[in-house]
Amino acid sequence: MGEPNDTSFDPARMFRAMENYGHSQALGLKYAAHGPDWAELAMPWRAELIGDISAQTMATGAIIGLLDMTAGLSVWSRLGAFRPMATLDLRIDYLRTAHPRAAIVARVECYRVAREIAFVRGIAHDGDTDDPVAHMAASFMFTGPPMPPRGSDENPLPNPVQSGDRP
Amino acid sequence: MTDATGAPLPPYARLLGISVEQANDGASPVLRMDFSAALAGRPGNLHGGAIAGLLDMAAHAALTSSLAASNRPGFKQIGITIDYVRTGKQQPTFARGRVTRVGRRVATVIVEAWQEEGGPQMAAARLHMLLTGDED
Repeated sequence: MGEPNDTSFDPARMFRAMENYGHSQALGLKYAAHGPDWAELAMPWRAELIGDISAQTMATGAIIGLLDMTAGLSVWSRLGAFRPMATLDLRIDYLRTAHPRAAIVARVECYRVAREIAFVRGIAHDGDTDDPVAHMAASFMFTGPPMPPRGSDENPLPNPVQSGDRP
Repeated sequence: MTDATGAPLPPYARLLGISVEQANDGASPVLRMDFSAALAGRPGNLHGGAIAGLLDMAAHAALTSSLAASNRPGFKQIGITIDYVRTGKQQPTFARGRVTRVGRRVATVIVEAWQEEGGPQMAAARLHMLLTGDED
């Protein structure tokens, strides 16, 4: 962790802010870990997310939302910056039913960033990474330029939020 | 709130604000998802995960209603492939599934989502379901 006035991009700090917003908040997603080109988010068990009452498992739609969000964080981790983007396509194979009332963890790797598109692959599991509940592959289309932290030394791109500062 | 066969929609559907807009006998129901803060993605847009949730629910509703008359109502999801065609706006969204094939073991469902009546497709998905048959 950096100094209090450290402006470098930190995926952990960014996602902890997103935990209180929109669909991430509705799903109760929590930051777990990240690396140079991957990210991990957790979705703790919540009765509001049940998709099948008899099986006591969270909805497949909620697991897709978790994987989609984790994929985004993996792309930003690889870029070292936040960049707005939209999901283009997403494929999921469900390998097995999750254990009743289990929390789900998603781990997604961004394995390629091209000019317009980012490619990701990942898994969702309920405790054992060697026995995942789902595999996913997806691509994202960038919808704007990267947004570096204000005053960041390591990213010379202008901050598009401050359009008046652009050359 | 119930689905086309009278079964209650699960808690996740209520969290997303999904209701059955139109349920005709023998046809797949149209599901409606009203916008709320719980569906927000990037500012001004719907989150891709919420769109996926609606597509998923509409596909399940279509297959449930299609299998309702048979003696093998159980199914498990094998996989889903989603295409996001255009950005989702923060307004009501609709989706309807269509069962394209029910085989001995596997059923295929395609599902479409849109935001304006008669308007362009916003997203689409194809799902394969394993029919679990008599043991249910």
